[in-house]
Formats: sequence, structure tokens, C-alpha cells
Amino acid sequence: MDEAIVLKYEISPDDFTRAGEASSDVKGKLKQLGVSPEAIRKVAIAMYEGEINMVIHAKGGEITVEITPAQIKMILADVGPGIPDVEQAMKAGYSTAPDEVRSLGFGAGMGLPNMKKYTDSMTIDTTVGVGTTITMTVEL
Amino acid sequence: MTVQELLDSRIFSAVNVGDALDREITVPFCCDLLSIAMGRAPAGCAWVTVMGNMNTLAVATLADAACIIMAEGAVLDEAAMKKAKDQEITVMGTELPIFDAALKIHERLSGKQA
Repeated sequence: MDEAIVLKYEISPDDFTRAGEASSDVKGKLKQLGVSPEAIRKVAIAMYEGEINMVIHAKGGEITVEITPAQIKMILADVGPGIPDVEQAMKAGYSTAPDEVRSLGFGAGMGLPNMKKYTDSMTIDTTVGVGTTITMTVEL
Repeated sequence: MTVQELLDSRIFSAVNVGDALDREITVPFCCDLLSIAMGRAPAGCAWVTVMGNMNTLAVATLADAACIIMAEGAVLDEAAMKKAKDQEITVMGTELPIFDAALKIHERLSGKQA
């Protein structure tokens, strides 16, 4: 595994039945590559939270996963509304999710905090009205 | 206690029998808010919940739960049932409240079952 393995996923908007498919696929591939269960769990949780956010808040988007022997990098890019106040969005419990999303068991304002908790680095590049790109890495 | 042993104990009914039945259950975990469960469910837990939609199955898989226990007579909806079968996730059911269901698992794990 000298060169990076790159995986790309299109995330459909408003489709909760498919949310998690990309994360599950990455999980399966990492397992095949012999990545440790702890690292796989971190990647799966962080990526799923990001995927759910893209389904709830953005009009879908694209996730790119780069796997090298040293780290797993996830780049989640959407063309959604952007995050007006990143500091507030990072607070556990803060959420702008609609009621319909809450009734499914989401929208507790834990998404971004969970993503930060389970990754070794996370950067948020967001512009209101343009979109958000979140880059996360898990070191191996 | 493995998932198979929990099934064999007949404390709960079998809703779907998945793979990885020899997986050791580490601890019971109770939560209905998927956002919380996602970040807090320990790997290998028996996750007790009343939330039976597709996303429950996704969270269980990604957070690496050993099995799901549907408490309070809650059922999986049709799409969730299909996903449990497709992904071979073990799901059990019970009429017991969430706490009592988790307590049964805890007692088994700690060797204190009545």
C-alpha cells in the first residue's frame, strides 16, 4: 500500500434511508485492508456523522476518503447553506435540525462534537450561501 | 457472554439472527437518541433501545455494537428489518422496559442472574 487509495462517494440530499451507506462501505474496505478495529470505529463514526449532516443540512455533496499507511483522510464537501457560527455549531447540544429529523433520533447537536472527538484533526472551511468542506484525519 | 449465549438464554425473543454470534458482549448500553448513541455506544455493547428505524441499524453497525435489543415491545419498521437481514445484524426483542432489559444483560455479564 505505497500509494494512497482514494474512494469517492456522492451523498444524496434528504435520503435518510441511504444515509450511512458510504460510511459502511468505507468500514468494509478498511476491514479488508487490515486497519485496526479502533481506527475503523473512529473513521466510521466521524464519517457517518458527517454524512448525516450533509443529508440534513446540505443538498448532499461528495465525500472523498484517502487511505495511506499513515492516516485516513476524509474530505466532506457540500454546496449547502454554510455554517454562520462555527464556534456555536461545535457546542454539544446546539442544533438547527428540523423536527422531522429529531423524530428519527437525530438532531441532538452532537454531530460536529462527535466528529472532533473521534478524529485526530478536523478543519471546517465554510462560507454562508456557498457551502462547507470538512477535512478530518485519523492517524494509523 | 456471547451474542449466541444471550440468544440461547431466551430472555429476549429473536427478531433477526445475524452473523458474528460468537462475539463477546462487553456491556449493556441504553439510549434512544441516535446522535448520542453514535458517539457513546461502547464497541461490543448490547444496545437497548425503542428506536427501530433504518438509522438504528446504521448506528449499530458503525459504532460496532454486538447486537440490538428492542425494548418495550418496540418493533423494527419494514425497511429496518430488511437492513438487519441484509447486514446480518442480530436484533432481539422484549416487552420489558429499557432499564429492566439492560439489567438482565448486566446480571448475566456479572454472573448475578436470579
